[in-house]
Amino acid sequence: MSNKKSIVDIPTVNKIARLSRLDIPEKNKQSLTNDLNNILGFVANLEEVDTSNVEPLASVTGHKLPLRSDIVTDGNMEDLVLKNAPESSSGFFVVPKVIE
Amino acid sequence: MSETSKLKPGHIQGETGVWEMVIGLEIHAQVSSKSKLFSGASATFGAQANSNVSLVDAAMPGMLPVINEYCVEQAVKTGLALNAQINNISVFDRKNYFYADLPQGYQISQFTKPIVGEGEINIDVDDNNQTTIGIERLHLEQDAGKSLHDQHPSKSYIDLNRTGVALMEIVSKPDIRSPQEAGAYVKKIRSILRYVGSCDGNMEEGSLRADCNVSVRKAGEEFGTRCEIKNLNSIRFINQAIQAEAERQVEILESGGEINQETRLFDTSTGETRSMRSKEDAHDYRYFPDPDLLPLEFTDSFVQDIKDKLPELPDFVKKRLVNEYGITPYDASILVEEKDYVNFFEKAATGGDGKLTANWMISELFGALKKENLLLSNSPISPETLGELIGLISKGIISGKIAKDVFSEMMISSKKPSDIVKEKGLEQVSDDKEILKLVDKVIADNQDKVKDYLSGKDKLFGFFVGQVMKISQGKANPGLVNKMLKENLK
Repeated sequence: MSNKKSIVDIPTVNKIARLSRLDIPEKNKQSLTNDLNNILGFVANLEEVDTSNVEPLASVTGHKLPLRSDIVTDGNMEDLVLKNAPESSSGFFVVPKVIE
Repeated sequence: MSETSKLKPGHIQGETGVWEMVIGLEIHAQVSSKSKLFSGASATFGAQANSNVSLVDAAMPGMLPVINEYCVEQAVKTGLALNAQINNISVFDRKNYFYADLPQGYQISQFTKPIVGEGEINIDVDDNNQTTIGIERLHLEQDAGKSLHDQHPSKSYIDLNRTGVALMEIVSKPDIRSPQEAGAYVKKIRSILRYVGSCDGNMEEGSLRADCNVSVRKAGEEFGTRCEIKNLNSIRFINQAIQAEAERQVEILESGGEINQETRLFDTSTGETRSMRSKEDAHDYRYFPDPDLLPLEFTDSFVQDIKDKLPELPDFVKKRLVNEYGITPYDASILVEEKDYVNFFEKAATGGDGKLTANWMISELFGALKKENLLLSNSPISPETLGELIGLISKGIISGKIAKDVFSEMMISSKKPSDIVKEKGLEQVSDDKEILKLVDKVIADNQDKVKDYLSGKDKLFGFFVGQVMKISQGKANPGLVNKMLKENLK
């Protein structure tokens, strides 16, 4: 893929990591950048296909989106919902203060 | 002072000239469904914390969203009522961001292919200002949960009951030019939503909220850089926030600065907007089609069925009121805001004069209810009694002035106006002989003024009318008083 130009650099990796709330050790950033460029470079091969007259494809199964009726069938499981919460109180999740 | 008062609404007088506001609104309307958009948990407001939460809403691994058919119908119905293009194929995307009340780490929304495309609505700002505002799109998306910040000094409490409730986001084109137009636009959207029944429009409970995009420019120039003010939940705040934000921008631009495109909050205690720093990366949502959901497709006949069942919409009713009752388009636009108002008006107007009924309802009744903090549904005055009062006025049994006293009494006692009039002896005196007596007395008691009047002080005529009305305790028929004074002051 050396003939493809690099799409991703270290500042881009930093930005994506921040947006994804990922803490990436400094020493891994270069190899991660290389990996991302290789993956994107590989996928970029698809750009050679002429798709000017092709509708974007959302699914290959031919299935349609199933719809459900507007009936309450779920809920009332506070204990289960809160079970994995590191902290909870009187039915609420409790998290470090997030306020503007 | 006099110069600013000549400014048109939405214009700001700066050092360098007059600036114009350019405003676009994003309205979030909660769909009035029983269950959520993609889960079977209840969408009811006010339940115990986290009780209306399913494992889908809590974003547990392996849970899959399944769309609520009713919510799809409501979006289509609303789209039709906004005279908008309905897209038979639309796509759900993931809008990625992190916040404590969004357990998925993304909101399921519609980005490139919304369910409803362009449309337009008419708004009435006042008697002389009716205009059309373009609709950019309407899409379906999930609401977020609720954070409570006042329960603990260093913690926030999260309730996910609202997480996943269906929202319709209605985006206007940047066609709005003043806070007044923005208010009229929100009112119109709210009444359309209520007429079709897709959203209850309750701004206090948060089922209708608006984000305002505001920029300023000199007339005829290109659009300026805009700022977005988030989450305004009353028409008054929308008004204040837009005005404050536009003035802030004019000040920056005139002192040689630049506007940063950013998200801002309106502080209701200071009346100013301020930057939301945490939203620095907020516009980097990395949208992509949600792989858990196929495109939403429906047929033309699905849309046609909904169209066939559409109720009468506000504009239609407005036209009917103008034609049938001869009231002004602006009065009609106020009455059609709520179906309740229309029903009340039509019952009251059987008393006769439609125009008079509209006047009394809008200025007297709405004013009095507002003062007492009452809704029309709790009004002590019923349509029948208001109609009767209008009848008494138009038949000349009581004067408009006396009617105001009767009206005040009706607000307190809920009595029939005819009973109040009888009890207090308020009938208008329209008997020639009775009035002649009063006129003679006033003339006899004010001989010096009569002399002045006869020697050319025409303005004194008003004084005589006032005196007759006064000694009749407001009951004399003003038309007759005028006529008989003219005949006798010679």
